[in-house]
Amino acid sequence: MLTPEEWTAVRLSLEVAFWATIWSLPPAILVGWVLARFDFPGKGIFDGIVHLPLVLPKVVVGYLLLITLGNRGYLGQYLNEWFGISLIFSTAGATVAAAVVSFPLTVNAIRLAIGGIDQGIETAARTLGATKLDAFFTVTLPLMMPGVLSGCLISLASALGEFGATITFVSNVEGQTRTIPLAIYSATHMPDGDAMALRLTVVSVILALGSLILAEMADRRIKLALGQI
Amino acid sequence: MIEIDVCLARNTGFRLEVNFSAPERGVTALFGRSGSGKTTIIQVVAGSVRPDRGRIAVGDDVFFDSEQGIDLPMERRGVGYVFQDARLFPHMTVENNLRYGERRSRRARTIRFDAVVDMLGIGHLLKRRPHTLSGGEKQRVAIGRALLSQPRLLLMDEPLASLDEMRKGEILPYLERLRDELLLPILYVSHSVEEVLRLSDAVAAVADGKVIACGGLADVLSQPELLPVLGRFDLGTILDCTVTAHDEEFGLSTVSFPDGELRVPLVGRPVGAAARVRIRSRDVSLSLSRPIDVSVTNRLSGTIASITRAEGPFSDVEVALAHGKLHSLVTQESVQRLALEPGMAVWAMIKAVTVDSRPAGFNSPGAEFRSPSPVSRRHQPAATLPALRVIAGGTPPRETS
Repeated sequence: MLTPEEWTAVRLSLEVAFWATIWSLPPAILVGWVLARFDFPGKGIFDGIVHLPLVLPKVVVGYLLLITLGNRGYLGQYLNEWFGISLIFSTAGATVAAAVVSFPLTVNAIRLAIGGIDQGIETAARTLGATKLDAFFTVTLPLMMPGVLSGCLISLASALGEFGATITFVSNVEGQTRTIPLAIYSATHMPDGDAMALRLTVVSVILALGSLILAEMADRRIKLALGQI
Repeated sequence: MIEIDVCLARNTGFRLEVNFSAPERGVTALFGRSGSGKTTIIQVVAGSVRPDRGRIAVGDDVFFDSEQGIDLPMERRGVGYVFQDARLFPHMTVENNLRYGERRSRRARTIRFDAVVDMLGIGHLLKRRPHTLSGGEKQRVAIGRALLSQPRLLLMDEPLASLDEMRKGEILPYLERLRDELLLPILYVSHSVEEVLRLSDAVAAVADGKVIACGGLADVLSQPELLPVLGRFDLGTILDCTVTAHDEEFGLSTVSFPDGELRVPLVGRPVGAAARVRIRSRDVSLSLSRPIDVSVTNRLSGTIASITRAEGPFSDVEVALAHGKLHSLVTQESVQRLALEPGMAVWAMIKAVTVDSRPAGFNSPGAEFRSPSPVSRRHQPAATLPALRVIAGGTPPRETS
C-alpha cells in the first residue's frame, strides 16, 4: 500500500505532531491562564509576542528559528557547544518548529476555555481555604479540560500540516524532518511522484478525520465527567 | 464584635463607605435594595474585594487594616461564604464538595461532617453530582460546604433569592436551625423583609453604599425615616413575645411581652415558646380615652414619644410603653383634630398582628423586647431534629436568664 519511504514520512509526522503538542501544552496552559486572568503592564506586548507565529509568514518563523536556534544562532551555538544539541536537520528541530507555530492556537483555545469558567467558583474555592495555586489545580484546571482538549486537537492538526517553518529551519531530510507535507512537496517535484503524493494525501485525510472523531469522543467523556451534559 | 469600617470607590462611580459593628453571635441582616452595596460589604469581609482603606476585624482576628498594612488572603480568613448561586464544583460529587473546605481548614474541627449532613438533610445526595440537584438541594449542599470549612463567621448572600417560594420554604427551616444550633455569627444579606424578620436578631440597613441604621431588629425596622430609602414595605413594631395560653374554642392564643399581653390567632407552638409578633403601623389606631365599646381586643396604654411626618397624608406616631414602644400610622388631620403631641397619654388599639414563629428569643439583642422569661432550647419542638449540640463540639447551650 505505502512504500517504506512513505511509512517513514507518516511515522515522522505523527511523532513530530505528538511531541510538539505534548511539549507546548504546559506552557500554553500557563500563558493562557495568565492572559485570561491577570492584568499587568505590558500585557499587550506579551500577547503580541505570543501571537507572532500566527501572523508572521511561516517561512519567517522558520528563519527566525534558524538564526536563534540554528547551530550558529544566538542561542543555538551555546546549545551546541555546551550540550551538544543540534536542532537543524533533526526531528527534534522539526518538533520545535511545529510547536512554535501551533503554540498561539493552543493558547487561544485554552484562554477561551478559562474565560468561560465563572471566576466566582474559584472565589468559592478560595473562601474554603484553597490558595490561588490550589484553586487552580483543583478547580480551574479540571473545568478547563474541554478547552485543553480542543487546544490539543488544534495543535495536533497544525503540527501535522506544518510546512514553511519546518523546511526553512530544519530543511527536508528524509527520515529526519521529511513529514507528510514535505514528502508530498518532494513527490510533486519527481517525474513519477503523482501516485505517492495522492497516497499521502489520502493518509492526511484519514489522520485528520481520525483525530476529529477521537477528539469528539474524548470531549463527550470529559463533559460527562464535568456534569456539563 | 465584628467591626467593619471601610471605604471603597469603584470606577463605576459606586462608593462604599461603611462603619458599623455587628454582634459576634446570632444573625445580623444586611438589609437594603439591590445595588445598595450589601453584597460588596460581605465581599470585603470575605476578602474577594479589597477596600481602599479601613479596618475589618472579627473579635481579635484582624482581616484587613490599611494602616497596619494587614490584608489577610481569602483562604486564611476562615469565613464561610454561601453565594446566591450555590457555586458548587460541577466536577465533584456532593461529598467531595462538602469535604473540600473541611480538608483545607486550619481551625479545629468542631463542626462534624455527619452532623452537618444530618442537619441539612443531604445524606441521600452524597454520591450525586451538582447538576442533578434541585436549586434547594444545591443551596443546602453549599451551606454544608461552607459550614464544614469550620468558619468563625458565616456570610450568606441572599441564599434564597434564586429560589421559588416552595424552595424558600424548604430552606428557611434549615437556616433557622443553623442559627439556633451553631454558635456561629452570621452576616446575612437580604432584601426581603420576611427573611430578615424570620431569621435575624440585628439589622444593618444599607442604602447607596452606606449603613444608614444599625442595631436590634425591632429598633431598626421601625424607624420611619428608613421608609423612603429601603423601599415600600410595611413599617411596624416587632415584639419578641412568649406564648402563654391557647384558647381552642375561639381559635386564639395569648402571647405576652413586658408591656402586656396580646390575643392573636392560634399559634402552632407550645406554651412557653417564643413568638415574634409584628404589628404594622397602619393597623394601630390611637384613642385619647380608654376604649370600651370597640371590637378591638388588643389595647395598650402609653405616652406619645414623637410624631414624625410620613408619606402622603400620614404621620408616624411613636408611643412609648412601659418598656418598649409601638408605632402607629395616623393621618395628619387626626393629629390636628385630637391635638396629639409628645407627652400625651394615649391608648393604642391594635387591629391585626402577624406572628412569625420563632424558636428562640434568647439571642435577641433588642434587650428591651426580650421575653420576660427567656425560653431555653429545651422548649423548642425538636420534631425530627437529630442531636443538636454535637455539632458545636459539646459546647453547652448558652442560657440567658
